[in-house]
Amino acid sequence: MIELNHYLVLSAILFSIGVIGVLIRRNAIIIFMSIELMLNAINITFIAFSSFMGDIHGQIFVFMVLTVAAAEAAIGLAIVIALFRNKETINIDEINILKWLILSNNKFKKCRISFIL
Amino acid sequence: MSNFFYLVVLMPLIGFFINGLFGKKINNEKISGWLSSICILIPFIISAGTFFELLSMSPESRTIHQVYFSWIATGDLGINYAYLIDPLSISLVLVITGIGFLIHLYSIGYMHGDKGFAKYFAFLNLFVFAMLNLVLGDNLLLIFLGWEGVGLCSYLLIGFWYEKKFTGDAAKKAFIVNRIGDFGFMIAMFLIFANFGTLEISAFLSQISGIQINDGLLIAISLLLFLGACGKSAQIPLYVWLPDAMAGPTPVSALIHAATMVTAGIYLLARTSILYALAPFTTHIVLIVGLLTALMAATIALKQNDIKKILAYSTVSQLGFMFVAIGNFAFTIAVFHLITHAFFKALLFLGSGSVIHGMHEEQDITKMGGLKNKMKITFVTFFIGSLALAGIPPLSGFFSKDEIMYLTFITSGPAYYIITLIAAACTAFYIFRLIGLTFYGKPRYDEAHLHPHESPSLMTIPLIILAVLSAIGGFIGLPHWLGHSMLGDWLAPVFSGAMSILSTYQPEHQTSVALELGLVAVSVIVATTMIVISFKKFSKQTTFEEPTGFGKVLENKYYVDEIYDKTIVEPIQKTSDKILWKIFDIKIIDGFINGVANYISRLSFDWRKIQTGVIQDYTTLSVAGIVILLIYLIFR
Repeated sequence: MIELNHYLVLSAILFSIGVIGVLIRRNAIIIFMSIELMLNAINITFIAFSSFMGDIHGQIFVFMVLTVAAAEAAIGLAIVIALFRNKETINIDEINILKWLILSNNKFKKCRISFIL
Repeated sequence: MSNFFYLVVLMPLIGFFINGLFGKKINNEKISGWLSSICILIPFIISAGTFFELLSMSPESRTIHQVYFSWIATGDLGINYAYLIDPLSISLVLVITGIGFLIHLYSIGYMHGDKGFAKYFAFLNLFVFAMLNLVLGDNLLLIFLGWEGVGLCSYLLIGFWYEKKFTGDAAKKAFIVNRIGDFGFMIAMFLIFANFGTLEISAFLSQISGIQINDGLLIAISLLLFLGACGKSAQIPLYVWLPDAMAGPTPVSALIHAATMVTAGIYLLARTSILYALAPFTTHIVLIVGLLTALMAATIALKQNDIKKILAYSTVSQLGFMFVAIGNFAFTIAVFHLITHAFFKALLFLGSGSVIHGMHEEQDITKMGGLKNKMKITFVTFFIGSLALAGIPPLSGFFSKDEIMYLTFITSGPAYYIITLIAAACTAFYIFRLIGLTFYGKPRYDEAHLHPHESPSLMTIPLIILAVLSAIGGFIGLPHWLGHSMLGDWLAPVFSGAMSILSTYQPEHQTSVALELGLVAVSVIVATTMIVISFKKFSKQTTFEEPTGFGKVLENKYYVDEIYDKTIVEPIQKTSDKILWKIFDIKIIDGFINGVANYISRLSFDWRKIQTGVIQDYTTLSVAGIVILLIYLIFR
């Protein structure tokens, strides 16, 4: 007999796989797929609860998640394409300019002095 | 006319705004000058109408209280913007607007061609506005508004020719010295509000009427108010600003530093006469300060060579006389002398302005001489003013000054009388030294290049009017051996409260007509002798030597400025420079702030390395946070 717990455990496993994928993979598209995996793990939870508790709300929410996931896929893929055009790579660890300025030593000192003054 | 009374104060303000905002655009001396003058003339007419309205009432009910709007209303403090029109304030309003109008007219001629013409008239109108608020205000805060306003205008007008450094210095000196007095005024207001819960003068005075004589609180309040009066009315120890204030244009000296603003202190003391009747201790200090100032300033004036400086010290000395009158509880006589002094001192200042104008900005009387025939009207009017100042009957100064001296004799004693007599003798001496050196003798200026001329009629007409007033002004307050003092009756209701308090503890003084006539004879003889000696000596003097001995001390004004510099100004500057600036400001305040900033900047230099820019690092941390949170929620 398949019980609610089985569904929930499956969902947790899928979700964890998704998280690990997001954390350790470098390819942006794989990360993207991992995110989809996480979303669908959540969907399984929703459906399971909806079915076992006889409440239709969970299923309606799944449609909502699917819609968001579809929209996300469209925008996400567009971003990946735009990134590739600019940097010729979709390796996420090479896209790291969102941090302190990398300046040569001299420039850095100057910057620091002006900051103090 | 009292229905339109708000216009009295509003007109000068309108004049100020028009000239201040559009003066440069109008750029027409005739329009600016006449507009300002009319903005003073209309208030004069309205206040004259109000004066007659008051006159038609019964003497006890001669008070009009006009509340315009609620000015400040917070918690316990409720202050109305309200004017109190009574015999005292309307008398001063008439003096301010009347003499003010004449001086405005005179200024049109005097300031002709000045590049700040419109600005000058704007300031002058603003001054009249502030001065009227000072005199008319029914509460101390409104009086203080006017008090500070006249101080500001005084500052602006002393430093009017700001291109020269010494005018700016003189303006700052006037302002800062006045701040010391204002400090006393403000503390007095705080004390009054804290103890009586009101700032309205009539309410305050009616509350204190029941308190016993020489109560500590009343002495404190009256002394602090007197400190304020000392600052504004140039008494020892705060008189030093007034002689320097002569750096401003001469009509300003006549209006602000002789006729009106400097008498604000007298007005304040007269307005709170009940307080001073209840605190004879303070009133005695007022008497002593007044006597010392009258004597000291009169002796300094003996040796000054700047025509305006002589008149400035003369003003200080005459203000001292007014405080002597208040010190003898003779409030009416103080106001009487205030009014006559306003006439003849404004005349003398305007006359000196005419001389300076004719001599092309020469102020040193050792470089004048023989102007009698070249400036006839100026000479005659100046001569009348000088006789009035010296106290020659029947000119105005005679009546008021001799009344003060007589009251000093019977109230305080012969010793005090002698001091006033010496001061009066010095007065007669220095003013005729001025006349002798300026108008008589041979010219001591370069006749080839300098051609003194009479001033235009716009300047001489005010001189003539003021000369007439100086000559006959004394008849409003005739002494009782000669007739009936109209001013005394007129002001009696204002001071009746103070007089009834006085009668409870002060013994009735023996007055005798013989004694008074004797004292009058003495002072007239002394003054005449002094005039003759001084005139004989100086009308023929041609050479001037450096004074030695005591004369040198007098010429250097008892070295008071130097003493103040050494004991007050320099220590303050040194402490500010060496301790407050170099140590406290730079080391402590700047050091603390810069230190904190430096520390944080150094710290953040290291910490910003955790921002790698790699999204996965952030995500890892975020997931780790969620995991920790979950563990906490599960195992708590």
